[in-house]
Amino acid sequence: MEHAILLEASKISIGYSHKKESVVVAADVSIALKTGKLIALIGSNGIGKSTLLKTITGIQKPLSGEVLLLQKNISSYNSLALAKNLSIVLTEKLPPSNLTVYELIALGRQPYTNWIGKLSAEDSDKINEAMQLTQISHLADKKHYEISDGQLQKVLIARALAQDTPLIILDEPTTHLDLLHKVALLKLLKKLTHETGKCILFSTHDIDMAIQMSDEMIIMTPGNVVQDEPCNLIKKGSFNTLFKDEHIVFDAEKGKFVIS
Amino acid sequence: MNTHKRNTILFFFFATVLVLLFFMNISFGSISIPFKDVATSLTGGQASKTTWEYIIMNYRLPKAITAILAGMGLSISGLLMQTLFRNPLAGPYVLGLSSGASLGVAFVILGAGILPAFLTPFLLSAYGVVIASTIGSSLVLLAVLFVSQKLRDTMAILIVGLMFGSFTSAIVGVLSYMSTAEQLQKFTFWSMGSLGNLSWTSVFVLAVCVIIGLILSVVSIKPLNALLLGENYARSLGLNYQKSRLIIIVATSVLAGSITAFAGPIAFVGLAVPHLAKLIFQTSNHTILFWSTLIFGGSIMLICDLLSEIPSLNLSLPINAITSIIGAPMVIWLLVRKQKMIG
Repeated sequence: MEHAILLEASKISIGYSHKKESVVVAADVSIALKTGKLIALIGSNGIGKSTLLKTITGIQKPLSGEVLLLQKNISSYNSLALAKNLSIVLTEKLPPSNLTVYELIALGRQPYTNWIGKLSAEDSDKINEAMQLTQISHLADKKHYEISDGQLQKVLIARALAQDTPLIILDEPTTHLDLLHKVALLKLLKKLTHETGKCILFSTHDIDMAIQMSDEMIIMTPGNVVQDEPCNLIKKGSFNTLFKDEHIVFDAEKGKFVIS
Repeated sequence: MNTHKRNTILFFFFATVLVLLFFMNISFGSISIPFKDVATSLTGGQASKTTWEYIIMNYRLPKAITAILAGMGLSISGLLMQTLFRNPLAGPYVLGLSSGASLGVAFVILGAGILPAFLTPFLLSAYGVVIASTIGSSLVLLAVLFVSQKLRDTMAILIVGLMFGSFTSAIVGVLSYMSTAEQLQKFTFWSMGSLGNLSWTSVFVLAVCVIIGLILSVVSIKPLNALLLGENYARSLGLNYQKSRLIIIVATSVLAGSITAFAGPIAFVGLAVPHLAKLIFQTSNHTILFWSTLIFGGSIMLICDLLSEIPSLNLSLPINAITSIIGAPMVIWLLVRKQKMIG
């Protein structure tokens, strides 16, 4: 399968500009997100994962350089055009409401529906397809607060799928899940990238699992951001630069961290 | 779908109830008029007594229409605010919009002496009062919105609303100190709230304002549904947040402002009716909620107005007293019953 580049950033610097001062969170960041790939974003707390995600989703602008989505600067997209190319799954809790699972997923079709939000036959097809891919069709009529965290995470992914975008970005989707559901979720994401040809980028702290499941990884360390396939990163010893603690060492043979 | 069928039946049922209440509202009042004469007056015929015909056509009919307009408008503005602020306790009265409108009206009625004399005739006309109270309510709403972005805590927003309420009543107090007895009396009557005493011209102006507010609300249905997922998801769905929020704010201010201008501050309807709609239709879909809130709002206000004119007592109670007596316990009951506070 050809892996075309969906989103590309070369040597951008990211951070916040407050009035006239600007705080650089990371400089010289180069990443490329390709179709059909499951890509993990890792890095310790406070390293700037959220800032990077905000920058490549167009919520904030890079301090220098530009983020290209389908060869076009992401800041030149209007909100509707962006919504047709990029969907997100956030960690934040949903506000209280009576939304059913079906209605929640159907909201993913908003960029395509008319002014009042009426669903066409095509919209219904996309919604059903998204529910089948994530295997949650049986939950359709449940209220979204009645289901478990793992199921809700699948529903939110289905919503992003229904939005029918080539790129999906998830912010720490595995955080509130137990081991079983973490594995199931990552397997689902992997299946989705391979079956639908979408590119899925997710940030996570579950490094061991990300090494095993993802096609590529982006590692953020102080002063350096690298992107490569997990096995190459192991060879390069990139994981040892992840934490500034001599007691946490990456065992290249076992492919996981050990505490000495 | 099954729920679809159920909703259709419910809609027809409650719409019929609304129509029945409308005719009941016209038929009953502090003076009893036989149904036959009510019917002939409404259809343009001659009633047995000309006074009856006059009461029906120039008092009860405009009052019933005002009740429907006020009930619908206040309830819809409550619905919009509850979704915009993600707060089930939001409403035009609780968030201080009615107080803001009162302040606007107080400036016009009580402050007439302070303002330039050539403005007085315009300010005291129906339009002047409407504009003043709409400006008052939108200023308060903007202030609440500003605070709500600084404070993510939903309870804090309610407290801020209450503070605006006390602030405006303090200003009204100061203004009333400086005004004449006649002005004060006029303002006091206004502030007790009344659906009657509106001329056909006023009813027409009110209807135009409410229809504008409702059209803006219909346009906001899709953005409101997106906002059910929170601001960030709504933006990711292609929503122009700034623009949609502005439309919602203008709609609520026009609705709450114009209704408060003509009928005085009316408590709790805006807060309670959307909950009733959510409870009965069990949904957050604003396409359904909009229409059901509209029907319930009109019906509840007609009932409150019926209760305010108890035939045997031969007196009219202020509408605000009735809505508070019914509304306040209802809100407490809702909160106790729904611990999760479904928005």
